[in-house]
Amino acid sequence: MMAMQNKRTNESIAQEKSNEQVVEYTVRCRNLHKVYVMGKVKVWALRGIDLDIKRGEYVSIMGPSGSGKSTLFNMIGGLDKPSEGTVFIDEVDLAQLDAYELAWLRCRKIGYIFQTFNLIPVMTALENVTLPMTFAGIPEDEKLDRGMELLKRVGLADRWNHKPAELSGGQQQRVAIARALANDPAIILADEPTGNLDLRTGREIIDLLKELNEEKGVTVISATHDLKMIDVSDRVVWIRDGKIARIEDRSKLQLQVGMVEGEELLEEEEKPEEEGEMPEVSDVA
Amino acid sequence: MAAAKERIFGLTREEIKRRIKLPWRDAFRICARNILIRFGRALINASTTFLSVAFLMFVATMITIARSVAKTQVGFQLTPEDIARYNWLVSMAMLICFVGIVNSMLMGVMERYREIGTMKCLGALDEFIIRLFLIEAGLMGFIGSAIGAVIGLLVAMLRASFGIGWHVWVNTQWAIYGEHGIGLIGWLIISVAAGTILSILAGVPPARYAAKLPAAAALRTEI
Repeated sequence: MMAMQNKRTNESIAQEKSNEQVVEYTVRCRNLHKVYVMGKVKVWALRGIDLDIKRGEYVSIMGPSGSGKSTLFNMIGGLDKPSEGTVFIDEVDLAQLDAYELAWLRCRKIGYIFQTFNLIPVMTALENVTLPMTFAGIPEDEKLDRGMELLKRVGLADRWNHKPAELSGGQQQRVAIARALANDPAIILADEPTGNLDLRTGREIIDLLKELNEEKGVTVISATHDLKMIDVSDRVVWIRDGKIARIEDRSKLQLQVGMVEGEELLEEEEKPEEEGEMPEVSDVA
Repeated sequence: MAAAKERIFGLTREEIKRRIKLPWRDAFRICARNILIRFGRALINASTTFLSVAFLMFVATMITIARSVAKTQVGFQLTPEDIARYNWLVSMAMLICFVGIVNSMLMGVMERYREIGTMKCLGALDEFIIRLFLIEAGLMGFIGSAIGAVIGLLVAMLRASFGIGWHVWVNTQWAIYGEHGIGLIGWLIISVAAGTILSILAGVPPARYAAKLPAAAALRTEI
């Protein structure tokens, strides 16, 4: 059974490789479905997502709450298993990984950033940043050096000995970003990174993510409904009811941003509603 | 066997396995920190162990005193029925202690759902989570039962001092093991060990429960 699956995915990888030899994809999702069973009710959070993300790209996944953004985020991050379909990270099918390999993936390949920061409350900023390095078995001295370097990079070197409760929201999110970068991941996954921050702090966090994306070449994927993200994104994936409504490139985006900029953009949910654009879904795959 | 040679992200499966670890030293540090900072809950948690171990040590001391002093002092003796009753009381106390610790550990797991989810996102294996919770349970069990044992011993000795005379401090057998069976030091070791082991055992169900939580579910929880 396992062997057959292996063979099948290997074949599909080989086949798709030949199609997409030119560009290197860090993340590829194929036909992702996710059903949550709540009592007798089945809730379809994802209904067939196909998405390819290039190395070094800055992608925003936008959509109203309940559209399946966070579910997709969990699938890509290997935090949850899809009901159907596959996620490939660097051409490896996540469904085939055992517990160790998944832990390794989360530790080394992916850095996570959350809306609620999720720092460990009993640890200092520096300890929070070095925790993933502990799991990766990095020696003590190197850990501290790298931890301080990362804190310096996010502008919090002087706060290294503070607990999360002693830091502001923006500062906590900076620590979380430093922690996400601890083991030099290929991908940063951010789930509503600016959701709990005011406009200005949110802007700073977005800029920081963009800078890191450019200087380290790390792929940034963020699920968000913060329209400030559009400015810096290479691509925006609009999700609605568990499906990709449309994908927009940077060139197309700048036009749009030009049009809507200056408005208070927080009520974005209903704006991009254009039924005519739905058929674009098919050319994603 | 072909699977072992297969490479994932440029590494073999064996290499990946070796590269995820949580050294005991770091685990201990994290746990000690946890206990110190959440001291209030740690106290409540340890108090169940403390009380039952104090009771165990109290009974054990009474029995040891009775055995040691019985030769010189008439009228201070434990009948087999007394000992049976004490044994029963001690086992009930231990059982209640066990349930109490499971309960407070479960509370501890619930208030830390999100932390567990985060740790898993950072690359913690299920066994790291189990290890952290068990070390925490063990440390708290040890501290609680060490204090409990000393206090149980003191109370029993003072009671005997007033009842029989201060000579019990000299005449009671202190050695680990001697002519009157297990001595006071022996009982101290036994009760501390019992309290610690009981705490670790009581920590197993909550720790396993915590470790099995899927990362996404643990993160989603709002408390």
